[in-house]
Amino acid sequence: MDDLYRDYILEHYRRPHNFGVIDEPTASFEGSNPLCGDRITVQLGIAGGVVERVGFTGRGCAISQASASLLTDEIKGKPVADVAAFRADDLLDLLGIDISPARLKCAMLSHETLQKALAETDGATATPAPQGTPA
Amino acid sequence: MAIQTEPAANSAAATRGLDPAVVRRDFPILEQVINGHPLIYLDSASTSQKPQVVLDAIDTYYREYNANVHRGIYTIGEKATAEYERARAKVARFINAPDAHEVVFTRNATEAINLVAYSWGRQNINRGDAIVLTEMEHHANLVPWQLLVQERDGDLEFIPVTDDGILRLEVFEVLLKLRPKLVAFTHVSNTLGTINPVREMVEMAHAVGALVLVDGAQAVPHVPVDVQELGADFYAFSGHKMLAPMGSGALWARRELLEAMPPFLSGGEMIREVHLRRSDFNDIPWKFEAGTPAVGDAIGLGVAAEYLGEIGMANVREHERDLVGYALAQLPARVPGIELYGPMSADLRGGVVPFNVPGIHPHDVAQVLDRFGIAVRAGHHCTMPLHERLDLAATARASFQVYSTRADIDALCDGLVEVQRVFG
Repeated sequence: MDDLYRDYILEHYRRPHNFGVIDEPTASFEGSNPLCGDRITVQLGIAGGVVERVGFTGRGCAISQASASLLTDEIKGKPVADVAAFRADDLLDLLGIDISPARLKCAMLSHETLQKALAETDGATATPAPQGTPA
Repeated sequence: MAIQTEPAANSAAATRGLDPAVVRRDFPILEQVINGHPLIYLDSASTSQKPQVVLDAIDTYYREYNANVHRGIYTIGEKATAEYERARAKVARFINAPDAHEVVFTRNATEAINLVAYSWGRQNINRGDAIVLTEMEHHANLVPWQLLVQERDGDLEFIPVTDDGILRLEVFEVLLKLRPKLVAFTHVSNTLGTINPVREMVEMAHAVGALVLVDGAQAVPHVPVDVQELGADFYAFSGHKMLAPMGSGALWARRELLEAMPPFLSGGEMIREVHLRRSDFNDIPWKFEAGTPAVGDAIGLGVAAEYLGEIGMANVREHERDLVGYALAQLPARVPGIELYGPMSADLRGGVVPFNVPGIHPHDVAQVLDRFGIAVRAGHHCTMPLHERLDLAATARASFQVYSTRADIDALCDGLVEVQRVFG
């Protein structure tokens, strides 16, 4: 029963990693989950085909915030191709908790937003993209 | 077909008040254990639980006289038709409609409002015509009007709410100078519980010639509703929030309005004569009931109305006023920092208490409460504009019904303290 709010999940919620804006992002996207009012912006700093910098801002439930914290940790320093290949199921594995169908959207918000941010860039471009504009 | 209004129900129960401990025995679902705890259902504003008499009525219909209505020249077909129409009479009596023919069965309040927006709206709303709504409307009493004015080139205006969730009638007064064709508002707010002064607002609207539609989804199950006394022109409500089955609901409207309105859905049942290139329509209310209706659900709705009538709606209201007063006092006293929204007087509020625990998202609040078998709603409760107006991303909401008790609120307080411990 207490599986959802494990210590590491709560820890990521209380002190999320990579929380904040980054300088001169090459891609940025704001995603939202209107059902629960969650909102998240993911910013990427891509250079040489690698996600060198990543930051997220926004508010939401413990699951969506912890998921964004874990996901941004995971992709930092990885080649864009690997990040693009990172699937929703991989994020669920990373979370390591049983997510009920009702909370799946909370857990997946960061993943969806990251994928949309990635779609803004052709991979290795270093030119800043307009913020919040879907590709 | 003759529809007779039944004699008034035995009012013995109505004078005794409401004892939730006795009422609870009528609701088998409440005997359930969830996550090792008895189910504490505090989400009745979403949908209510169903008493045994309603479950039995549906079961009996399907077991003993399941047949289509207004068609079969055989015993069970005639019985189904009679019971379906008897249900209509029970619903009419419950809201004191002058004529059972003015009650149209729908799937829910949403469909009832859509019926009016489509049938009355397309005939009466033209370029530049205004419809006045409020900032506290459920999406069901907002989106149909948005679609209508987009199609007809009309305008929407909104009565604002105060920070406490009270309609600003002085602004309404000004909006009425626009000579709106229709004013549509909720009787009781599903999010804040605010009980709006329907009669006063109807008088104000009628004074400038506007018709009035009232969304009664949160009122018919909780407060005495007398459509003649309220004086509105359209009154919409759902069955599933008033102890009746999902998929049951009704629109009450004045006869002359229903008679002048074109049909909504069309097909069988709603016709008198069909030719290849034209048709004549049935009388009201059947003109608005195309296709085979949800007969068993309508019969269940009739039984639910009868059940609530026997308890007495004044008793239901008194019971919920007591629970709201108790919740408004206990929650701040026992849950440090809790924020409550809506009118702080139980006299102005139906059985709905929205809240937030600072620093904890309502989804997390609801998820942890579920560990203790406590069911509350978390989210925007289909009132996104109201949440925006109050600058809230989301809220948690506890809501009551006849079977709710002070002990349920005690359990909620304890559960919320536990929520704070988990996220502390």
